[in-house]
Amino acid sequence: MITLGHMLTLSGILFALSVAGIFINRRNVLLMLMCIELLLLSANFNFVAFSRYLGQLDGQVFVFFILTVAAAESAIGLAILVVLFRERRSIDVEGLNSLRG
Amino acid sequence: MNPNLLLAIPLLPLAAAILAGLAGKLIGRAGAALVTIAGVAAACALSVHVLQLLLTGTPAYNAPVYTWLVSDGVRIEVGFLVDHLTALMMVVVTFVSLCVHVYTIGYMHDDAGYQRFFSYISLFTFAMLMLVMANNFMQLFFGWEAVGVVSYLLIGFWYTRPSAIFANMKAFLVNRVGDFGFLLGIAGVLYCTGSLDYQAAFDAAPSIAGKTFTLFNGHPWSAMTVICICLFIGAMGKSAQVPLHVWLPDSMEGPTPISALIHAATMVTAGIFMVARMSPLFEHSDTALSFVLVIGATTALFMGFLGIINNDIKRVVAYSTLSQLGYMTVALGASAYSVAIFHLMTHAFFKALLFLAAGAVIIAMHHEQDMRKMGGLRHRMPVTYWTSLIGALALIGTPFFSGFYSKTALIDAVEHSHRAGAGYAYFCVVAGVFVTAFYTFRMIFLTFHGKERLDHHAQEHFHDVGWSMKAPLVALAIPALLVGYFTIGPLLFHGYFGSAIQVLEHNDGLADLAREFTGPLSWTLHEFIDPALFLAIGGVASAWYFVLKRPDLADAAHRRFQWLYTLLANKYYFDWFNEHVLAKASRGLGLALWRGGDQAVIDGVLVNGSAGAIGWLAQRARSVQTGLLYSYAFWMIVGLVLLLGWFLLRL
Repeated sequence: MITLGHMLTLSGILFALSVAGIFINRRNVLLMLMCIELLLLSANFNFVAFSRYLGQLDGQVFVFFILTVAAAESAIGLAILVVLFRERRSIDVEGLNSLRG
Repeated sequence: MNPNLLLAIPLLPLAAAILAGLAGKLIGRAGAALVTIAGVAAACALSVHVLQLLLTGTPAYNAPVYTWLVSDGVRIEVGFLVDHLTALMMVVVTFVSLCVHVYTIGYMHDDAGYQRFFSYISLFTFAMLMLVMANNFMQLFFGWEAVGVVSYLLIGFWYTRPSAIFANMKAFLVNRVGDFGFLLGIAGVLYCTGSLDYQAAFDAAPSIAGKTFTLFNGHPWSAMTVICICLFIGAMGKSAQVPLHVWLPDSMEGPTPISALIHAATMVTAGIFMVARMSPLFEHSDTALSFVLVIGATTALFMGFLGIINNDIKRVVAYSTLSQLGYMTVALGASAYSVAIFHLMTHAFFKALLFLAAGAVIIAMHHEQDMRKMGGLRHRMPVTYWTSLIGALALIGTPFFSGFYSKTALIDAVEHSHRAGAGYAYFCVVAGVFVTAFYTFRMIFLTFHGKERLDHHAQEHFHDVGWSMKAPLVALAIPALLVGYFTIGPLLFHGYFGSAIQVLEHNDGLADLAREFTGPLSWTLHEFIDPALFLAIGGVASAWYFVLKRPDLADAAHRRFQWLYTLLANKYYFDWFNEHVLAKASRGLGLALWRGGDQAVIDGVLVNGSAGAIGWLAQRARSVQTGLLYSYAFWMIVGLVLLLGWFLLRL
């Protein structure tokens, strides 16, 4: 029997993985975008889990919104990525430090 | 008395000065001379008219004519106090000023600053009249500073000469020292009476005399002594008393007419006039009067010595002026204010005469001032010779000449004074008679007698001066000769001054003399047996012996008394002291404050220091900004965790 605890644990693991992916990964901006997607998915998973647990559809409706936003966000992110690559011929995260104080 | 009449007296010279100064180009050289002479002549005529009015019994005028402002009950006004003392000063000032104006036509003939000069001396006449006619301390101070400014402008009249600029700066700075004391004295009066009016201060004098100031912890000082000494410090600056005398000899850098007008006859006597005017205050402080007496006596004798060794004709007369100002101050200190004013008046005439004569010689010699290069000029310029002889005889106190009456009265008054320091002062003024006679006739003999020692340049350009310069000499020689004989009775003994000068009964040494006085002639005969006259004769005789008979003796004396000569040549090291001790110390203090206070503390610590501290902090703070995305993300998460943790724990 899969309980709410299992689902939340899975969601926590996904969240932790994606956070770790954002700042352990130092090579690839693409990976970073993917991690952000994963982050949002873990949040979505939470919504769905609670929706089922509480027997209400509100959470699942919210997931659609988040998915839309995530799609738009990744579209913009990929566009930035393309421009960045054109500009610098690399998508290395280590190199993106021109805002350094 | 009509206030408009009184207003016209100072304002006419002022108007003339403005016209000549601002529209000098428009009205031309002759126009400027004409306007200013007309202004001063009118002022002179009106002053004589005022004196006449007073002599025929018109009461003295004492009222404000304009209120400038009222602040907390203190009224700052322009007002006139015209009594017998003021009227006498007005006549002396305007008459000498008029003579100097006329003389200037000739003296400044070749000068490019002709109009400017006329404008300045007219402005001076205005300022001096405001000073003597004041009825309150604020106007007195205004006049006091205004004459100082004009004196500054005129000493530096030839402003391209570095020595003139040095001299006028020196005069201004030394006078600042005196004026500081003067201002403190005025503040003291204001503090004690709450009013700047003379009459209020005079009425309150007995009550001020009882008060005390605590200047230093636990040492109460008589308020009157403090006020009077402060006021007298102002007089010391303006009237060039030791140790604030150093500016007067240097002021000879200015053109000779102003040496005669400002630095001999009028401005430098402002201090004497002021103390006489304040006689109701000074009478209540024996200490202050003793101070005045000692300072005056020191100036009278020791400045005279300096006249002996000088070879510059103007400087000899300048040191003589210092010495005579010392005489007047001695008379003030002996409570013989009327004698001081009497000597002031006679001195104004004969000293202005001597200065103008010296100026005539200088012009005739084509700007040569060294007496060693003169000699035998009496044949070449007889009018100048005879008039300056009259001036010299009056200065040394020859019977029947004006200086005789004022000087003998002065010496007698000091003899009758019982004030502390009177013995010293008596010695100084009597010894001073010999010194005066010696340097005066040394100057006369060197300049006008003996062999001609003119150099080639002077020989070639020598020309006697014109009548515009001779006429004032003659005009001044007449009062220098006669004024003493006719005015000694009224001025000193028949109560001319009335209530203008107040002397307490136990101080009144003059009263004893008044009982003996029967007339100028008997006074003259009586004083024939005075030691002063023999000293004067001795002075002239020794001057004759040293200068004409045995000139080699002077050199021998010079070699024999080398140390004395060095002391005198360095003017008792006053200038040295001022420059190497006072000026150096204040420069050192300024340097220390600049380097230590300004550069180190204000610039270093406060301004640059705070900026540096901020910069250091920013330097540390900027290293946090790595510019790397993942570190921002990391810190965001750290922050999130901390916030969440705090939020949850609080719950």
